[in-house]
This record gives sequence, structure tokens and C-alpha cells, in this order.
Amino acid sequence: MAGDIWVLVEQWRGRVSDVTYEVLALGREVAAAAGAGLQAVLLGSGAGEALPSLGAADGVLVAAHAALAEPDPNLYAQALAQMIPQRQPRALFIPQTNVTMEVGPLLAARLGLPFVNSCRDISIADGRLTARCVLYGGKVEAAVAPRGGPAVLGILPGARPQEPGRVERTPPTTAVSVDLPAEPRVRFHGYTEPPPGDVDITRENVLVSVGRGIQRGENVALAEELAGALGGAVCGSRPVIDQGWLSSSRQVGTSGMIVKPQVYLALGISGAPEHVEGMKHAALIIAINSDPRAPIFSVAHYGVGADLFDIVPALIERVKAVRQKAAS
Amino acid sequence: MLNILVLLKLVPDLLEEPEIAPDGRSLDPASVRLILSERDEHALEEALLLKERHGGSVTIVALDVPEVDDVLFTALAKGADRAWKISGVEPGMSTMVAAGSLARTLTSVPGLLPADLILTGVQAIDDLDGQIGPILAQLLELPYVGIVCRVEVSPDTRTAVVVREYAGGVTGSFEVPLPAVLGVQSAEKPPRYVPVAKVRAAMKAQRVEKVPAPGELESARLEILQLTKPETAGRAVMLEGAPEEVAAQVCDLLAARGLL
Repeated sequence: MAGDIWVLVEQWRGRVSDVTYEVLALGREVAAAAGAGLQAVLLGSGAGEALPSLGAADGVLVAAHAALAEPDPNLYAQALAQMIPQRQPRALFIPQTNVTMEVGPLLAARLGLPFVNSCRDISIADGRLTARCVLYGGKVEAAVAPRGGPAVLGILPGARPQEPGRVERTPPTTAVSVDLPAEPRVRFHGYTEPPPGDVDITRENVLVSVGRGIQRGENVALAEELAGALGGAVCGSRPVIDQGWLSSSRQVGTSGMIVKPQVYLALGISGAPEHVEGMKHAALIIAINSDPRAPIFSVAHYGVGADLFDIVPALIERVKAVRQKAAS
Repeated sequence: MLNILVLLKLVPDLLEEPEIAPDGRSLDPASVRLILSERDEHALEEALLLKERHGGSVTIVALDVPEVDDVLFTALAKGADRAWKISGVEPGMSTMVAAGSLARTLTSVPGLLPADLILTGVQAIDDLDGQIGPILAQLLELPYVGIVCRVEVSPDTRTAVVVREYAGGVTGSFEVPLPAVLGVQSAEKPPRYVPVAKVRAAMKAQRVEKVPAPGELESARLEILQLTKPETAGRAVMLEGAPEEVAAQVCDLLAARGLL
């Protein structure tokens, strides 16, 4: 129905991603506040096995087309652009991940719709939809109101827990036909698994993670010494990998690994949302950063607002002393 | 031979704490020093690597904002061939509005298009209403691939095979016809360093073309109600004291969990 809240179901390599259920949970709340229905939008080559887990939605719009077998954002945007004008939803929520990141901008530019990037919350007050989005690496948040609509909203992972959005029930489906090119301009060739790394950081209990604050490649040795003393492994955030200071098998974050160690020591990591998403479920997070306002301190359990080059050598010494004492 | 256009965007340097202006809807310009967006550094590097491999030229384009000359001359010193700055565009925080203006400039100013590839960083820290790459691709009706970490161009067939990053280190490869717009996540090598002396030499020997943006800016399709700084002190218990004292507290935390 016109005025409904739509949630795009993100599917990748044959499975519905967890973030879809998070966004469904958020969509359920917003639909209730708007007095509207909640529709899941399922694009793919067939109806798929996803339907029985989409019970949080009142209904599912299913666009099945051979060209939608892989989540090509160009084709996703084309398909959605054919569904929206006639049905006029209030808003379309799109999980913002490495699979679907550009679907929203492509669609909004195509139809001349408002788009809001990196939303961590959506609310409706006095009939007005407001998005709260994350800017400047998490240092600033903006409350924005889309002008006109339907509004296209990119929702970051973690906006809501996934449990309320994962409901085992097959909702009523509506088949939608979409007209897509038989020969898409962007042709998918295949996926490549990551080369096996020297260590699997997802299996380590203790991770010492370095960010931009480590400053130089040779300083990574300091983190390695600490990890060695603790019996753990070194990993890092994107900038460290980009500089070639650590191999890509050591990257934590949305495009790297999701880790859940017993302890995560974050050295010189600011805490950009794409990094936090990879480590926020660690049992114990201790962050050392010279910027006391770094966003990492909102996810860490314990923080040290100091230069890591002052703290880490003292920490190495202390850890070694404790170990020696235990051994003697 | 490849003609590559690279779009460069300046963003606040987060080494300095961004402060919110009294209007509550923008950043205080006095708190902001603009630098080249990190992903755009990678887009430029990838363009320079492709030029070294295939020959051709690299043209860089940026909006005329404070510090833009430094950024453009640095890129020229690194090996870009031509630099343009587009004046008279104040898109506020809207990437959509900036993209509209860029699209009109690229299609109306002689010498900018055609390009075989248009590269830009996959995202920027101030993307409020979308990334520039897909929006521009849509406006120019070109194919787009984002989160790109490798580009192999076949000049004969006028195609490129590009590698896109997914989660968990998995990548996907895609073939696109040229011209195409690519949002670069990381170049194949770390962005090159250029000494200040070379930048100064570029400032003397090379020039930056300045061109006014054609047409009227459209208005943003969203209204900024308020900017806030999220409370970061909310969760972490801050450990205080001299390094040795902090180290002892950290060790106690680890020992209490049986990790030491």
C-alpha cells in the first residue's frame, strides 16, 4: 500500500544477511509509529528460501528475474526504480553494507528522490520522518529530514538487535514483474576466497589491534611484542592494511574480519563505524588513544586517553613481569 | 592509452576535533582544516598506476574550496597531467547537489570528457546523502562498480575487469565496458609520497585551470535539522595515572578474566 515502510532484503551468496533482520526490526518500529504496513522487498532469481524467516514483515514484494541472481547494485536500483513510483512507499530502508552500499544513491539519483547515508536510527515525530546519520568517522551525528519522498535510507549495521526482526513465519507475498536488460553492462565473473593468512584472527582469544595512531610500519613491532607477551595475535584497522603494514588477512571491520576475542586491545584506533562493526562483540575491549574524544571510547569497556607509545612499553614490561612471576 | 579523470574531494582533517557552528547545522569552519579524502588518495594512486601501465593521461577535478590548490599541485607533482578546479559551487553538505554540478561541468566544459575511466574514492567521511561515484554514474548514464581494490584494463576490447571487496576478505570480479565510473576502496599499492620540493616545483611549472560551474545549483532534497557530537564518554571506564599505573590496571583486568 502507499505509505508503507519497505525494507530491502540483503542476500549474498545464497543467504539473507543478519543486517536484514536488524533493519526489519527498525522498520517494524517505524511502521508502527507511522501507522503503516511493513513490506520486505526480495530481489533475486527465484522466490528463494528466505521467505519463511521474513515474518517480521506484513508482506513481501518478490521480484524474481534471472538477472538478479547476484546482487548487482546497478540492476537492484533498476528493479527498485520500477517498483517505487506506482506503489509509493513512505520510505525504503536499505542495509548499508559492502553488498548494497551504492543501491540507494543509484536509485535516488535515478528517480530524483531524497537519500540519507549511514543512518543509525529512524524516527517519526509529529508525522515527520527524521533520520539520524553518522558523519566524520563517528565524530558527528546529523538529524536530517528528507524533503518529499519516498525517502531512500541507507541503514548501518547495528541499528537494532536482529532478534525482533527475525520471525519464523511466511508472510503473504506479492509477485512483481520487473523489466531488466538481458545483457547487463556490468558482468559478474565470480567470487574469490581470501588467501589463507598466517593466522586466523577470528580464532584468537587475545587480539592487539593497531590503527592509524601506530604512525609507521616499523612501529607495528611494538604491537607484535605485546601480542607475543600476551599469547595473542596482531590485527589492524583499514589504514594500516592500506599502507601495507599488515596483510589483509589481519584486517578487522566490515570489509575484513568480524572478530569476537576474549580481549581486544585497540591501539591508536579512532573507532570509525566500519571498524567498530568488526570488533564490538569482543568480551573485553580496552582502547588506548591520545584523543579522549575518539569514538572508540563509546564502544570500549575501558579506555586510556594517552599516547600509545607511552603506555604500550610499560604494558609490555608489566605483562612480562607478571608472566615471569607466575613461571617462577 | 587511457584517459582517466579523477574526482578529488576535500574533507575535514579529523586529527583536529570538528566543532559545530552556532547555527547547529554546519561545522564551524574555524575548527576545520581541509585535506584530500583518504579514499580519493587511493583513487588518484590507482589512476597513476594505470597510466604507468598503459600510457595516457590523468586529469584531476575538484571543487574550488580552501586548500584545494595544495591538493591539486600535490597531485600534479605525483604525476597527474592536468588539474581543474570548479568555482562557484557551494553544495553545503549535499553530495547529490555537488554531483549534479560536477555532471553539468564535465559534460559542458571542453577538454574534460570523454574519459575512459572516471575514478573517485568509494566514500568520504562527510557523505550525507550518498557517495559521489554512483550518483555521478547515474547522471552520466555510465556503469558503476564500487569498493574497488584492483583494475585490469584491456585497451583492445575497451573493457576493464575490476575487483570489488566484500566481507571477510572475499572479493568479486566484474567486467565493465569503458567508459565507466569506479569507486576506489584501495589502490594496488599504498599512495605514493611526494616531497614538498616537488610540489613547489609543480606550483612553478604547472597550472590549475579554473572554470565556473555552469547552470544553477538545485536545492538539496533533505533538510539538516541539527548536528550533534555523540557522547563518547558514555561507556568506557577511563583508566588514569602514570604509564606504569595504567599498565598495572590493564594487567589486573586481564588477570581477572584469566587472560594473564
